[in-house]
Amino acid sequence: MKLITAIIQEDKLDEVREALIAAEIGRITVTRVDGHGRQEDTEIYRGLVVVPNLIPKVEIKIGVNDEFVDVTVDTIVKAARHKEGGKVGDGKIFVAPLEDCIRISTGQRGGEAI
Amino acid sequence: MPKSRQAAVLVVLGALMCLAGSAFASDGSPEVDTGTTAWMLTSTGLVLLMVPGLAMFYGGLVRTKNVLGTMMHSFAAMAIVGVIWMVCGYSMSFGSNVLGGWFGWNADYFLLKGIDTNIMEAGIPEYVFAMFQGKFAIITPALIAGAFAERVKFRGYCIFIALWSLLVYNPLCHWVWADDGFLFKKGAIDFAGGTVIHISAGAAALVAAFYLGARRGYPKTAMHPNNLVMTLMGAGLLWVGWFGFNAGSSVESGLITAQALTVTQVAAAAGALSWMVLEGILHRKATTLGFVSGVLAGLVAITPAAGAVQPWGALVLGLVSSVLCYFAIELKNKLGYDDTLDVFGIHGVAALWGAIGLTFVLRPGTIDVSVGHQLWVQTEGCLVSLGYSAIMTLILLVLVEKTVGFRLKPEEEMAGMDHFLHRERGYGMLNLNS
Repeated sequence: MKLITAIIQEDKLDEVREALIAAEIGRITVTRVDGHGRQEDTEIYRGLVVVPNLIPKVEIKIGVNDEFVDVTVDTIVKAARHKEGGKVGDGKIFVAPLEDCIRISTGQRGGEAI
Repeated sequence: MPKSRQAAVLVVLGALMCLAGSAFASDGSPEVDTGTTAWMLTSTGLVLLMVPGLAMFYGGLVRTKNVLGTMMHSFAAMAIVGVIWMVCGYSMSFGSNVLGGWFGWNADYFLLKGIDTNIMEAGIPEYVFAMFQGKFAIITPALIAGAFAERVKFRGYCIFIALWSLLVYNPLCHWVWADDGFLFKKGAIDFAGGTVIHISAGAAALVAAFYLGARRGYPKTAMHPNNLVMTLMGAGLLWVGWFGFNAGSSVESGLITAQALTVTQVAAAAGALSWMVLEGILHRKATTLGFVSGVLAGLVAITPAAGAVQPWGALVLGLVSSVLCYFAIELKNKLGYDDTLDVFGIHGVAALWGAIGLTFVLRPGTIDVSVGHQLWVQTEGCLVSLGYSAIMTLILLVLVEKTVGFRLKPEEEMAGMDHFLHRERGYGMLNLNS
């Protein structure tokens, strides 16, 4: 089992969700987060151009069994990347080992609980 | 608001008062009636308050990423129509017939330059009347914006409402409220703007919703209101502001004002109650959004009727209005078109009901023709407004879409209006990232 954490652009959330559902990955958790990487994003506040040091992003967390890792990652990359070869700020995906998974309603553990 | 009928009444009243030697100066020109002027100034402020009220009402109903863009639609109308009205809108609306009565014109009203010292027969400076009317001109195009919320370019919107105000609102206002307007002369009852404002905005909204198409993902993706608290506050401001809208439309401070104010309150409360009960029966839950929708349904329905019905008539209009609007919105959901904030479903439907339904609950003695005849006159007014607004709106939509562009591209729509169009965030400046 792996825990996939993807940090993506806010405007790509709909597309990523739709793509994941189409790929039959239907269980996700979404959080609004702020962060910064290499991207710069300006806003205007009473005529002053402001460069926020923390940029709003969306974080998606998905626990998957090993055989679904590739399809999940590929789907997110394809949907979250901006046109024409992507751009700075499109985000990152982290894949980490997942020790256990427990479904609260039934108490099932491991792969079948995912 | 029915300016000339009002004027006729006031001429008589004025003549009586003239005998008492108070309302007219020695040379026969009217003098300022401070009571009426004070109330009309207050009403002007109250109607202007409805515009930020509408901004909050609409702003709360869209998704977080579009809250500013949506509120900006209402505020932009204050700037754009606020200037157009002063330049030529008042003249086009309340001048004398030109071009076969399509709209009016009066050189004195151009830039409001010839009314500096005018006192109207109603006893108010003409500036007050011009500004009061200007607020109605502002709110009407702002209402339409709810139909295409979350998916239009700001530039296209600005040009659209400017043209709409010039070519749809001003002519309609002239037809219904100017002394020589053709619907006015037929005896159509439209006290505070059911036909001119709510039906025309409703028709425009319906056409725009079909022409511009649904938001990306509608109706499959759930699109939740970002802040219903703000929507409720906006609805509260609209309710309060509506007293200026309806009671101010009496252009006096007296009996008719009191009648209009009373029926406005009754219809709003009846509309809210009716919607609340209906939802309670059908869903076992009364929602806040349902409640404020009922308030609006009641207020819109009483708008054309405010001077012509008694409280029991307002009760009937308000109670029925919410039921009609509720099922109109159900029907929209079944048909699947995206009139995002239900401009037609509430403003269009309630105003049609109010304008036609008022015939059956008129105060005795209001009309000297048969109910059947009045019903036809009212229907004719509705059809003219619906038809004219729908056709002109379609022409303007095509014009704007083909030149500067109106509809946002899918990726722009997904990014959200606030960030993409205005480079701001409604709630972002309060967050860590400011």
